[in-house]
This record gives sequence, structure tokens and C-alpha cells, in this order.
Amino acid sequence: MAYNPQLVVSRAPHIKIKVETTRQIMGEVMLALLPAALFGVYLFGANSAAVILSAVGGAVVTEAVFQRRLTGLTALVGDGSAALTGLLLALTLPPSISPGYAAAGGVAAILFGKVLQGGLGRNLFNPALVGRALMLVIWPAAMTTWVSPVDGTSAATALGGGEFTVQALFLGTVPGSIGETSALFLLAGALFLWFRSRIEWRIPLMFILGALVTALLFGADPLVHMLGGGLMIGALYMATDWVTSPMTRSGKVIFGIGCGVLTVLIRELGRFPEGITYSILLMNAVVPLLDRYLKRKALGEA
Amino acid sequence: MPLMKSALFGSRRGRTFDRGIDLPHHKHYTDTRAVERLPLPPEVVIPLQQHTGSVTEPLVRVGDRVTAGRKIGDLEDRWCAAVHASVSGTVVAVEPRPFGDGRLVTSVVIERDPDSGTDEPTRRTGENWRDLEPEQILRILKESGIVGMAGAGFPTHINLAVRTRIPLLIVNGAECEPFLTSDHRTMLERTDAVIGGAEIIMHCIGAERCVFGVETNKPDAIELLQERIRDIPHMSVVPVAVKYPQGYKKTLLRAITGKEPPLGGRSADVGCIVRNVSTTAAIHDAVVLGKPLYERVVTVTGPGPLAGAGNYLVPIGTSVRHILEMVGVDARDLDGYKIIRGGPMTGLAIDTLDAPVVKPTTGILVMPPGEIQPEYSRINPCIRCSACVNHCPVGIYPNEISQLVEAGVPEEAHRLHINECCECAICSYVCPAFRPVTDLVMEGKAILCRREEENAPG
Repeated sequence: MAYNPQLVVSRAPHIKIKVETTRQIMGEVMLALLPAALFGVYLFGANSAAVILSAVGGAVVTEAVFQRRLTGLTALVGDGSAALTGLLLALTLPPSISPGYAAAGGVAAILFGKVLQGGLGRNLFNPALVGRALMLVIWPAAMTTWVSPVDGTSAATALGGGEFTVQALFLGTVPGSIGETSALFLLAGALFLWFRSRIEWRIPLMFILGALVTALLFGADPLVHMLGGGLMIGALYMATDWVTSPMTRSGKVIFGIGCGVLTVLIRELGRFPEGITYSILLMNAVVPLLDRYLKRKALGEA
Repeated sequence: MPLMKSALFGSRRGRTFDRGIDLPHHKHYTDTRAVERLPLPPEVVIPLQQHTGSVTEPLVRVGDRVTAGRKIGDLEDRWCAAVHASVSGTVVAVEPRPFGDGRLVTSVVIERDPDSGTDEPTRRTGENWRDLEPEQILRILKESGIVGMAGAGFPTHINLAVRTRIPLLIVNGAECEPFLTSDHRTMLERTDAVIGGAEIIMHCIGAERCVFGVETNKPDAIELLQERIRDIPHMSVVPVAVKYPQGYKKTLLRAITGKEPPLGGRSADVGCIVRNVSTTAAIHDAVVLGKPLYERVVTVTGPGPLAGAGNYLVPIGTSVRHILEMVGVDARDLDGYKIIRGGPMTGLAIDTLDAPVVKPTTGILVMPPGEIQPEYSRINPCIRCSACVNHCPVGIYPNEISQLVEAGVPEEAHRLHINECCECAICSYVCPAFRPVTDLVMEGKAILCRREEENAPG
């Protein structure tokens, strides 16, 4: 009798693209943010490190609790998306803020920004920014107190009226949130992600262009708008979040422009010096509409 | 974005379509291996349905003696293609046998006469086929059991039965699936049969022009075809970019002509018929040599690489077991392996080595345990990365469709053009969340198709 081996039977396809699991992608985005984060810690000191760890910890533990993944360290990390949310949130926080607030922000980001919206892939709004928006409302003073990277004394950001050289703004040796000040490191990380096909150029480019043109229309200094606040981290890392941005190319263009224009409108017309958080959250709300009305045509569709 | 990067780092040569994906080729294992005949099997199991359409009736009984090329299954129905004995011998059984996909299909089992060889049939229709009416040629194709040999196995006489003249014939030599090289070898070794078959199809559909679409990773085939058609003004070779699924008829058509058939339409709607090269050669053999489709070239290969990898001419109905044995693979070493009939993107993982080679079997892939991908998971949520949307060659939304099917509302997927899906499986291939996107889309198509049949009047 011929031998009948135990064959593996499964549906096609029988090959799979390499290294593209959710955890690996989240890991790559965190790797891209690492230079900016380390630079922030170097500039602003140990409290920044504590803030980053607290926010990440708060986010990771919250998600693990809700998904009942407390069996071990690997299970705790899960797909890595909560850790990334925590990191992104931390990088947008003032360096002098209490790590306790940061941890609470991490919890809020996952709880209100993700879990209660249906979990991974179902949230309408960027979780990190939901956390940040809540923190802005609850601790308005702590969330808008900035320190000088030189001596640690309180100082105004470029958007708040501080005067800095273009070099300082680009390198990031200015007051601001932990990870938002260095356009150089943020761009380097984004370039890496772009080469790895993790982010897409339309949203960041249109975001920046939209802000630039609007700033010029207001007669404001476009460089301060570009480099003085959270525009770079927002355009490169927040607005490009897959879950909360449009799917189609045309949708991405409109989404990016909308974010850029709204950012400058809020900064110039509103009472806040900064407008990244609310501009992206507002545009997040428009994404389902953009996806619905800017459907890409199928092959052969008239 | 990929577009910009390719502009930076050298773009693909050749015309192409939008989206799709670059896959690792894995063609070098076999693309220089000329077609060889394997020792004939002691027995063949020939399923009476190897095509899309109706099951044929057996025309032989146990004990009948048959010669290779004799018709053993047919039906007076348009939606069917005849089935033929592939070796000379005695019918020992007409019974359900495993097809490889879990089903049992009525098959004719022929025990080969030990002294029978591989004589070609001598009945020649000759070179005078131009005197035949298209209907007569289509009759020959149906009688010869010609079906699409690249995958679906659609009866060719139905494809070529056109109401109006179709100006353009595209002969599909893209062979875009990784590992497979049987079409490539056919173009190299049976160039004149391919060209001759193309002339016959042109005659049938009233075409004025014929284009051979060949991916640029087969430069020798492109060169050879160009050389042989130099004096045929109505034929040309168009090198197309190496991209999956370049060989799907609608994407190949788009690459070569820039035209897109309307939704739900066929290539004929934009004045074109697409035929695979191996099928085209088989059409030549049927009409000119009077040889029915009872054997074909199969690429036997696998990562590793497989020691006996190559291209082999085998009778239809030869078991995968026999082929692997003949190339030096021991069945006892295959526990935990995956054996695929067809290519790695669309092929079938067979459940038994007794599964036969059938007319659309392009290859046999031996995947060792280390190469087998982990199972896809229906539980993982979509993270809206839109990779499937950005790579989908037919431009639909696999992510949204898969979620609708998962949510139990496939009817909603109609407006998302679910039926345009060509089942290329790129969406599952790229999904970082390991969702079985292709399975879900196919499941949705099947549910909708069933409902449509149930609701059909009469």
C-alpha cells in the first residue's frame, strides 16, 4: 500500500509578504520616533523620560486589561499599537508635566480613544490626540507650561511669542513638547518610514502646504508655523495614522489640506497658540465622508 | 508612493496596469529546464469534469480497451468539453475518485498496457484549416476537449464563439505567478505551435491583429517570438512589466490596449479575446495535428530548491504521487508538507497524493514545512492600512468587502463591486493583520451567487 503522508491543506495564497505583521509595523514606527524621543530626553532631562514611560505604561496596561491580556510580557505588549499610542501622546506633552498626568493621559487615550470606540481599527479619532485633548481640558495650565531646554526655566514657545533662530527651530533646541521640537529628527524618522512604505507622502505634504499657504494669507511667519509647534509630528506621525485617515489618494490630499488650513486658522483666530490637536481631530471626523464620496473607481467602472 | 520610489530607483520596463504587486519570482529553479517526458504511469485517473461547466457522461465501460486520444467522456451540452484517454490500456474502473480538493469526482481509471509508448495520433486535419468555417473549428475544439489551461479551465469553444468580429487577439504569455515556467518553456520550445494556434483563433474570431503579451523576465521568449513573427505583419510582441497579476485577462488587456471592459463585462466587449499560450498551442495541436488535449506540461518545483525540479510532459490523469516519485521525491518524507496544484497565489493545496494532473494544472509545488505560512485568522481586526485597496488590480475595496461578509451582510458588498474580484489573492498576501481577506471576498461571492440562483425565476 502506498504511503499517504499527512499533507497540510489550507486556502490560497500559499506565500505571504515578509515582516508585515501589525506588531512589526508598530515597532518600526516607534523606532522612527526614537531619535526625536531621545533628543527630547537629552534636551529636557530625566522628567521627560519618566513622562514617556508613564504614558506608554498607562496605555499598554489599559489595553491589556480590557483585552484580558495580562498573562505575560509578550501578551501585555500585544500588537504594539497601544505602546505606540502612549509614545505619540508623551511626545506631545510638555517636558515638565507630572508623570502621573502622563500616565492618566495614556489611560484616557486608550480608554476613550480606542477601547470605547470599538478597539483596534474601529476608532474614528486618533487615540493619542483624544488623550491629549482630554488632558488639555483637565489640566490646562500644566499642559501649556513650557521650559527652556537651556536652563529649565519657564519659557515661551515660538508660537507663544518666543524668538529663535531658524537653525534652532529646525534642530529643535527650543521650548516645546518633548518630542515635537526637532524637525530634523522627526523628518529623518519619517523618511525611514516612507522608504519602508509605512507612511505615505500625500498627507504630510498637503498638511504642510496647507498650513504654509494659510499662514502666508494671514501674513504670519510661515517658518514659525512649520517648525515652532507640533506641526511636524502632527503631519508626519499623527495625521498619517492608518486607522483615522482616508483610504484613497484624493481623500488623503483633501484630509492633509484640511488639517493644515485648520491648524493655522485655530492658531491665528482662536485663543490657543497651538492648533494641531483639534485640527487633526476635526479632520478625523470627516474621514468616513471622504472615504464614502471619493471612492476610487474599479477597473472598468464608468 | 511606490511609483515615486520606482522613479528614483529605476522603473519597471514594459507596459503595465495600475496597482498589483511585485512578487518574488522563484522562476530560476526551472526556467532553463527544457520539457522532458516522465516515464508513463502504470495507471491514470481521468476526472470526467476538468472544466467549468457540466459533468461529462462516461463513454467507456470497465474492460474496454482504449488508445491514447480516444474520447472517453462527453455530453451533448454546449457547456462542456470532451475528455480523452491519455494512455493506451484497459478501463479498470469508472467511479468517484479524489480530485484533490476534498471532493470525489467520477473518473475513468485506465491501466496502461506495459508495452504502450507515447505514439502521437496520426489523424491529421492538416494545414487546410483555413477552409473550415469558424463553427467547424469550434466543434473540433469542443471534441478535442480544449479548455483554458492557465487556471479556470473554461471551455475554449465558448470563449471563441463570438457574435461579431473581434479585432484583437492577445496571446497571454505573462505567466505572472511565481515558480511556474510551463508557459515560458512552451513559448520557447513550441513557438510555431503557439503562433499557429494564434492564427487559428484569429480565423475563428475574425481578428485583424494578434499581440503576444510576455513579461520582461522572459527575454528569450520575447526574442524568439519576435524572430519567428518577423514576416507576419499582423502579429507583434508587447513586452509587459513583471508584476502580479499581469496575466489576468483584464489587467493584461489594460496593459496592452489601455482599454477596460465595463463592469461585469468581458474582454470581447472592448474588441479583444485573451488566450493563454499553452491553450493556444493545444488549439494548434487539436486542429492541425488532430491531437485532443490529453497531456500537458507541468512545472514541478518548490523552494529549497527541489532536487528534481523541472518541466515535464505528463498524461492528464497522472497522479501527483507518480510525478513526485519519478523526480525523486519519497512520499514517506512528505509528512507536514504542503503540495500545491497550480501556483502559490491561486493554487490548490491537495489533500492526497492520489490527486490527478488535470487540464488546468500548471504546476506542482512542493512546500516544505519551513515554507508553510501560518494560518490566517478571522479574528484579527482590519487596521485600515489599505494595503489591499492600494494593490487590488481590479480596484475594489477588499477590506470593506471582507468586513461586510464577516458581519453577515454580503449583499451590501454588491455596490462595492464584489463580483469584479479576480481572486488573485493579493489582499490576503499583503494583509499585515493576517486576515483571510481573499477567502472572505470569495465566500461573499459564493453566497451572493447562490442567492441569485435561488431567486431566479423558474
